[in-house]
Amino acid sequence: MTKLTAFIAGLLFGLGLLLAGMANPSKVLAFLDLTGAWDPSLGLVMVGAIGVAIGPLTWARRQSSSLLGRPMQLPIKREVDPRLIGGSLLFGIGWGIAGICPGPAVAILLTGHWQVIVFMLAMLAGMLLFTALESRRNH
Amino acid sequence: MNVDWLNFTPWSSLAGGALIGLATSLFVVANGRIAGISGLIGSLLQRGSEGVSEKALFLLGLLIAPLLWGLFAALPQIEFKSGGSGLIVAGVLVGIGTRYGSGCTSGHGVCGISRLSPRSMVATVCFMFSGFVTVFVLRHLLGG
Repeated sequence: MTKLTAFIAGLLFGLGLLLAGMANPSKVLAFLDLTGAWDPSLGLVMVGAIGVAIGPLTWARRQSSSLLGRPMQLPIKREVDPRLIGGSLLFGIGWGIAGICPGPAVAILLTGHWQVIVFMLAMLAGMLLFTALESRRNH
Repeated sequence: MNVDWLNFTPWSSLAGGALIGLATSLFVVANGRIAGISGLIGSLLQRGSEGVSEKALFLLGLLIAPLLWGLFAALPQIEFKSGGSGLIVAGVLVGIGTRYGSGCTSGHGVCGISRLSPRSMVATVCFMFSGFVTVFVLRHLLGG
């Protein structure tokens, strides 16, 4: 059952991205272009998503297990550290260059555009580099 | 500030956002998991992660969403603004940055803010800020 709900959740997430226009990198960039012809749509995507999710997530914070009996795995880390800030700043630079973040990258991977395949391979390489650097650090 | 009213899509963006919120809620309420895409991909790249099948199935749903969409309607416009080298630099930065920063637009921006997590609020401000600055520099300072 949790496999089915995981699949449906992913499917709904992707349909939401497509409907919202966020699968289109040029629309995302138009949101980030504050001093150009600014398209505020991405802001409304956040409002819609948070507006719906805030109730269920507030409920989830008080639970130790999910409705299907799985452990509630919410992040427990509280402190704001340099890794969080530095990593997020780097992510934003990459996001600002291409207008693609990980969700839309997966959602448009099979639409036949070579650009997203190049982006995805580079993103996976970046993630693997992180993993390699982390394992070296821990040794 | 100059709003591009022609391309602004308030209703479909709100509705699409609501659908993303619904998907996020379902994954947390049913599976007890955060729908953070960079975290899901990153953990599948690491050996010995738990919950591999649920994570992979979420990503599979996301992957085939445009195929399902395409059965009923034409896919929305997808337009890229960068060439090969830009995409490679962008991809590497997004990959490293989201892993060091423990999340992206979905994990921090949607899930984290909905949990009222201070870390996610800081992260979202950071990546929005550097995204705004990057586009300003590339389009208005260097591009012209």
